[in-house]
Amino acid sequence: MLQILADGLVIGSVISLGAIGLSLTLSIVRFSNFSHGELLGWGSYLALSALAVFTATRESLAAPLGPFSFGWGLLGALLVSTVLTALLALALDQVLFRRLRSQGAITLVIASFGAALALRNLLLFWYGGVPQYYSQNLQIAIPILPRSVWGGLRVTADQLLVLALTLATVTALHLFLRHSTLGRSMRATAINPSLARVAGIDPERVLRATWIIGGILAAVAGVFAGITVQLRPTLGVDLLLPLFAAVILGGIGSVWGAVLGGFIVGLAESASVSIVGAEYRAAAAFAVLILILMVRPTGLFGEKH
Amino acid sequence: MPDVIGWVSYASFFLVFASSFAIVVLGLNLQWGFTGLFNVGVAGFVALGAYTSALLTTPEVAGRLGGLGWPVAVGWLCAMVVSGLAGLVIGALALRLRHDYLAITTFGVAVTIQLVANNATVLTGGPFGVQFIPKPLQSWLGTGLPWTLGYLALSLSLLAMVYLALERLVRSPWGRVLRAIREDEAAAASLGKRPFVFRLQSFVIGSMLMGLGGAVYAHFVGYIAPEDFLPILTFQLWAMLIVGGSGNNRGAVLGAFVVWTFWAAAGSLLRGWVPQAEQARAAALQVVLIGVLIAFMLVLRPRGLLGEEVAVSRADTGT
Repeated sequence: MLQILADGLVIGSVISLGAIGLSLTLSIVRFSNFSHGELLGWGSYLALSALAVFTATRESLAAPLGPFSFGWGLLGALLVSTVLTALLALALDQVLFRRLRSQGAITLVIASFGAALALRNLLLFWYGGVPQYYSQNLQIAIPILPRSVWGGLRVTADQLLVLALTLATVTALHLFLRHSTLGRSMRATAINPSLARVAGIDPERVLRATWIIGGILAAVAGVFAGITVQLRPTLGVDLLLPLFAAVILGGIGSVWGAVLGGFIVGLAESASVSIVGAEYRAAAAFAVLILILMVRPTGLFGEKH
Repeated sequence: MPDVIGWVSYASFFLVFASSFAIVVLGLNLQWGFTGLFNVGVAGFVALGAYTSALLTTPEVAGRLGGLGWPVAVGWLCAMVVSGLAGLVIGALALRLRHDYLAITTFGVAVTIQLVANNATVLTGGPFGVQFIPKPLQSWLGTGLPWTLGYLALSLSLLAMVYLALERLVRSPWGRVLRAIREDEAAAASLGKRPFVFRLQSFVIGSMLMGLGGAVYAHFVGYIAPEDFLPILTFQLWAMLIVGGSGNNRGAVLGAFVVWTFWAAAGSLLRGWVPQAEQARAAALQVVLIGVLIAFMLVLRPRGLLGEEVAVSRADTGT
């Protein structure tokens, strides 16, 4: 029981971080970006390559830090990956989405679907289909509660760190969107683009900021998925449905909605594993999606359109 | 003259695949080209049709449900009904909402159907798929080239029927309402046309055609597995529609044949150039290539090879 909750929160962290970026794209760039999942996949693999470079130059960077399975190398790789993934998101906008923006949202959706396939297959081409890991160190889960208390609870230090860093990232993003000028411009553009323009907000700057933030969060989420599960080229497409379900559940454009939605979808996934078995895990997100469409299509924190 | 026979046999295989895809693309064209409904789960609806017909018509197999041994024609009809029903349920849920919701929901349908196909072994045979799907006319034409040609004639005539029916449909008052809703929903609604009802009808008919295309494919190959209906299939079908020109039924059919040619040619070129050990990686490049093709087409020639015909209303000067 408690174990399901803990596992759900860890999966939920990855989904939340991915869903925030997707939600921002949906509300500011105004289309459903089917290639957003691939940013997570690319983020995880770019970190893997950066890590390989780091450990090749200095062996000591791979040495595990305290209770964690990874060393300073991975933290450095995470930083490199956020920069590169943000650049990838910007590049994608530059060569594809920007040119199609005048043709309406649906053309953008089709294009993003194509970009997703191309990006995923490039990963498959370069890194191969075999799952990989950042570290070969085995981590032993720390028993927090014995089996007699609500089925017991075991977590790894990595999982706790992922959860803590997710909450820290989300809080930082919240402060940025609420208090910085750029953050306010982004919110203004999401609510009313033409009015924001009249108020002197440069829409291009806002779009750039959106892609950069989405890319950074996607890279962090991808690396977290790599740490807690594994790296595989299908990571992006496997996470896409949970991401969309989280965005719609939380209400399009709402950061806290996306976070809450992410955790709920994560919990639904981990609960479904114990109810119907691991092979139908991905259907849990679909069930959540259908349910929210039936009950409250605007989501928990969404405004009426 | 073994070469000629080999060539004819290859060409007819190729054309049967292309025409089954063309049926699906015509369905997609009704949804997207004429009604503006974005379906990202085409592969799911195709799979639903293929599996429905396969399960109803195959002989009984121990340890698997289905295997009713029904006639193929009944299987095809049921394939259309089941895919249509799926379209009805999804449409009823998502068509009242902002268009993104339909895209996301249909994507979910494809993912879920893929999961069921892979895991519900009792029903779908799991990753091993369904085998021994009966090939119609085989008792009459044998198994060789005559049968392939016979099936080609069958699938081409089905395609022609679907094409003619759709042409009538989109030129009827019903088709005009569809386009009116696509262009200006408020104006159409103000004339008393309920957009939701028309959209739902179009979505269901399109889904039925996708199911039919899937069934035509399944009974030609005689074997289906979950990996036949991956998201790449959805994307190939979309590429066909966009390259051919959405909103134009001739464009949809043309696109199916052109893109399928492109795909097959790219595949055989890569197979020829790339050493055996790297084939799996080369297959990934083939997908990248078609992704790039569609992006180019969207940027450079968004109307496709044959764009939508411009409809000019005749001014009524009778009075």
